Amino acid sequence: MRQSIRYLRKGVIETVEGLDPKETLLDHLRLTKRAVGTKEGCNEGDCGACTVVLGRMRDGALHYEPVNACITLTGMVDGCELVAVEDLAEGDALHPVQQAMVDHHGSQCGFCTPGIVMSLFSLYQEGTRPVSRQTVTDQLAGNLCRCTGYRPIIDAAMSVCAGLATDAFAREKAGTVRSLAVLHDGVDVFVGDEQRFFAAPASVDSLARLYLRHPDATLVGGATDVGLWITKQLRDLRKIIWLGRVEKLDRLSVNAEGISMGAAVTHARALDVLAGVDPDLGELMRRFGSTQVRASGTVGGNIANGSPIGDLAPALIALGAKLYLRRGDDGRSLPLEDFFVAYGKQDRLAGEFVVGLALARLRPDEAFRCYKISKRFDEDISAVMGAFKFTLEDGRIAGARVAFGGMAATPRRGKQTEAALAGIDLDDSSTWPKALDALGRDFQPIADMRASAEYRQEVARALLMKALVEVAGAETTETRLLGRRERADAA
Amino acid sequence: MLHKPSLPSETTAAGRSRPHDSATKHVAGAALYVDDVPEPAGTLHVVPVGSKIAAGRILVMDLEAVRAAPGVVAVLTAADVPGRNDVSPVDFDCDPCLAEESIEFHSQVVFAVVGRSREQARRAAALARIEYSETIPVVTVDEALDQDVVVMPDYAFAQGEPDEALDGAANRLHGSIRIGGQEHFYLEGQVVLAVPGEDSDMYVLSSTQHPTEVQHVVARVLGVADHAVECEVRRMGGGFGGKESQASQWAALAALAARVTGRPCKLRLDRDDDMAMTGKRHDFLVNYDVGFDEDGVITGYDVLYAARCGYSADLSLGICDRTMFHADNAYFLGDARIATRRMKTNTVSNTAFRGFGGPQGMMGMERAIDAIAWTLGLDPLDVRKANFYAGGRDRTPYGQTVEDNILLELVETLEASADYRERRRRIAAFNDNSAILKKGIALTPVKFGISFTLIQLNQAGALVHVYSDGSVHLNHGGTEMGQGLYMKVAQVTADVFGIDVSAVKITATTTAKVPNTSPTAASSGTDLNGQAARAAALAIRDRMAAVAANEFGVAAESIAFEGGRVVAGGRSLSFGELAKMAVQARVSLSATGFYKTPKIHWDRAAGLGRPFLYFAYGASCSEVTIDTLTGEMKVDRVDILHDVGRSLNPAIDIGQIEGGFVQGMGWLTTEELVFDAQGRLRTHAPSTYKIPTAGDVPEDFRVALFERQNREETVGRSKAVGEPPLMLAISVFCAIADAIHSLAPGARVSLDAPATPEEILKSIKAAMRAS
Repeated sequence: MRQSIRYLRKGVIETVEGLDPKETLLDHLRLTKRAVGTKEGCNEGDCGACTVVLGRMRDGALHYEPVNACITLTGMVDGCELVAVEDLAEGDALHPVQQAMVDHHGSQCGFCTPGIVMSLFSLYQEGTRPVSRQTVTDQLAGNLCRCTGYRPIIDAAMSVCAGLATDAFAREKAGTVRSLAVLHDGVDVFVGDEQRFFAAPASVDSLARLYLRHPDATLVGGATDVGLWITKQLRDLRKIIWLGRVEKLDRLSVNAEGISMGAAVTHARALDVLAGVDPDLGELMRRFGSTQVRASGTVGGNIANGSPIGDLAPALIALGAKLYLRRGDDGRSLPLEDFFVAYGKQDRLAGEFVVGLALARLRPDEAFRCYKISKRFDEDISAVMGAFKFTLEDGRIAGARVAFGGMAATPRRGKQTEAALAGIDLDDSSTWPKALDALGRDFQPIADMRASAEYRQEVARALLMKALVEVAGAETTETRLLGRRERADAA
Repeated sequence: MLHKPSLPSETTAAGRSRPHDSATKHVAGAALYVDDVPEPAGTLHVVPVGSKIAAGRILVMDLEAVRAAPGVVAVLTAADVPGRNDVSPVDFDCDPCLAEESIEFHSQVVFAVVGRSREQARRAAALARIEYSETIPVVTVDEALDQDVVVMPDYAFAQGEPDEALDGAANRLHGSIRIGGQEHFYLEGQVVLAVPGEDSDMYVLSSTQHPTEVQHVVARVLGVADHAVECEVRRMGGGFGGKESQASQWAALAALAARVTGRPCKLRLDRDDDMAMTGKRHDFLVNYDVGFDEDGVITGYDVLYAARCGYSADLSLGICDRTMFHADNAYFLGDARIATRRMKTNTVSNTAFRGFGGPQGMMGMERAIDAIAWTLGLDPLDVRKANFYAGGRDRTPYGQTVEDNILLELVETLEASADYRERRRRIAAFNDNSAILKKGIALTPVKFGISFTLIQLNQAGALVHVYSDGSVHLNHGGTEMGQGLYMKVAQVTADVFGIDVSAVKITATTTAKVPNTSPTAASSGTDLNGQAARAAALAIRDRMAAVAANEFGVAAESIAFEGGRVVAGGRSLSFGELAKMAVQARVSLSATGFYKTPKIHWDRAAGLGRPFLYFAYGASCSEVTIDTLTGEMKVDRVDILHDVGRSLNPAIDIGQIEGGFVQGMGWLTTEELVFDAQGRLRTHAPSTYKIPTAGDVPEDFRVALFERQNREETVGRSKAVGEPPLMLAISVFCAIADAIHSLAPGARVSLDAPATPEEILKSIKAAMRAS
């Protein structure tokens, strides 16, 4: 067992002992290290001003991913290379990304700029070249700029990500990989005491034991929600168990029958695999949070969190996903929809945790569609998220699974709608209204700052309508503003 | 696709694109904002705490547990204020720094915690026990109209006989539109550091657009003379009007904490507090009555703008006046009455925001124009062009004559370059064949008056030193919030001396160097401070020219300052050599400069005058697609042609145009402020309040400068550019309305702003019912 946090920065291994378990990485940088280049804009992971980059090994390769330092806990950089904005320039020579931002007049007030530089630095390291405009705007979805209107930033990105990475990080890659290997010691990390600790178990077994001993501990996947409990609700989290070092919990396997993924798989990794199930799922994931949130947030955390919206959950419910849980040595599984009991209440016992989920592939006679409706296309929480799986038989719907987020206190199936859909004729839209009408019986949504109840009801109906129009195959009808299926296929 | 104006000369700094003065520091994370400056030893942290009700009174405020909490050094209430408990910008209107008994809006500051760390102070704040007696808050404009509550008297001006003109009009229609407010969402929130000095001195490092007002308000609250307070501003992480009057309260609180504890105190608002505790763009209900002929030419107009001002006046006088000055946008209205009501609500006091009421004025007008076009079955662009100011039709409703009628030429240039007519045809064909998606297009103009409408604010000062090595120290009253002011003024100064701009040291704005400054606002920063700095530099240059004339034995008038050298009669010196010579000759190389805008005057009682030195113009053409099932919207293409006079720095001007446009687009589309019936702001963080992201910017975005020097004698014949481009985004809103209109030709679209998916769907349904 190790009683410190270790990370790599500027080629040096830093060791943190006596850690406040809930300390954020932003506070660590700004208050402890007095590295003030990284800015606090919103303190909730929505503006990206605090973006730093983590270098991590994944499937044997070094990847540089941006995260929001304001809602990342210091302990979560254990085993990573940490790159902050001050670390890019070599002496007086700006990093190519920084120089491109200057050359294209990409900063005005400059406050978002360090975060944008870091997001572009990650793209510079990771991007397939030359990058597309869509890749750039996806990368920047979590970086708000209020001054420039983004055009010069996009231009800077497109120009600097045109060739292979040639910076110091690329040149020193072998050394970095060796250092990260040294940090990857495979032992349990426990910093603190029995009353107050940050723990990062290295195996599922030690996780199960630790959580059984401390069922009052907070399990943290990517901290994209727990971070806000700390920064906004000022919750004094005393016991934190981070899942990011648990071996095999981040396993992602894809085979002929389907997909299974461990609870600690990040949205960034899940994106490609889910896009392979259906392009709409890829498009949903592209619009899920931001690059920073997807690099941190986990599929297991998104589900265990039990958000009534939860974007991913309705889609997975419609696809019939199965959830796996474990407590101590005991495991069980259940259909995902059964996990969500009521608002803020999940079917999870004290000391029990989500291990992962499994999902079958779509059969040739199945059609899937999902749509997210939000005020803003990128980095927004949906007002309504609808997911539909139809089993087709001779131009008719033989069976359906319909699930919505934002329409009830939990992500939920619309069982009356499913029943009403069975048997309707896709070629005869006069048979559709009974299914559309059934939605009103399945769901009685609430009004909030995202949408009125009436709009939610209307749009839920519109989304089912859209799914039916699309699956009925009206090829000449342009049916959507974004997320065209062929484009998603390419992603 | 950038349009590059011809350059004056390669050796001239002004007129050339230069990076922002801090660009390399921005990208390296080396630019210091207030929160980044190393804290003096012993710095304490101040956390203001807001009321939990929107209207009522404090009955009991028990702060014992707060005082006893770990790390708490002091707790501040209204009783601690030694001076006047008032942070209002004008006329002691009484915006309390700390609430006394009466609560006027949710999140009004009731006390403040001073702690050893920010986190300790935040935690301690939660321990307060406060009892209130609560009354039902007035939240919306409608509720305020019902109850007839205002923050200041109604105001109107008129030309001719609007009632008769309307009665006699060939066509007449009434309409209304609601226009939502807007959160500034400067990326750097409100922040200030106050350091107590000897005697009663207080040094205040603030993120403010108005250091002089921060100085005055801090002095007022502490009960000391203005000279005891120095306010310094190096840079802001965005301002947009939100740090004009509303940086003062936080400075006053930090200074009060510093006075009470005797230690340096920093106050940085958490984002949620910032959004709940500071004012926003005013939202409006507009009711118009317009008369027009068969060609859509307006023959009479009567409009009332009712604004949600919040609980106090703040800057609502000037803001709503500017709404009125732009109620015509670019059109000759003839007999017209323009009226405003400044409604009082139990919400945070609304304040300056880029455009300062002007954008809302224009939105009302552009809706009226669209409604005329829909009624007559005309292309809205033709109605717009038919109503532009022109010779003989050039008197505004406030009596100023529009002298430079360049807008028709500008609009027709854009109409051609954007291929407006052909695209309108293609869009009609698309709409005929598309069941779910519909497109719309609109080309709208902007005419924006440049000058503060409060005449006394149209002045500026500067302080320039030339050192004996020829390097130059530049200081002026303008503040840098990202708009590139410091670089533009440095370019102007460098040109006076004929030296490279790198020889000019840009220094932080401070009330100790240049006093009695106006806010950096009203797009006036360069116009005013550029001229003041130029005047200071010219004064020094004249003295240096005399030294050179003596040395060269020529007349001072024949001395040229260019390329870093001083040249006359075949002889030359480097600028630095001359500076050294001047110092040795005991010639002062330091000067102040001063500028006041000429020609302007305004008689508010009569509603007549020339409030503006000139107008800045622009036009934009936007094409959008909407989803008629869901109300979602995408901007497909935007073309902009904008008038900045002769650009001092094309790159910076383009940046202002694009940034302003995108900010305006956010205001009119995704940015929705939601207050609940209890007066609580429900959209108090970026998770719920959605400003545009990179993906919202149209992929096809064509921005060009309209190359024409200012007819007025502004610095370098340039024009102001900070605010006018924001209103170019009205074309997006009108294009959405156009798309909806395609569903029910001839019907009037009811779309309100912001055009969120929900609002668009609501408008679509209304249009379908109408058809």
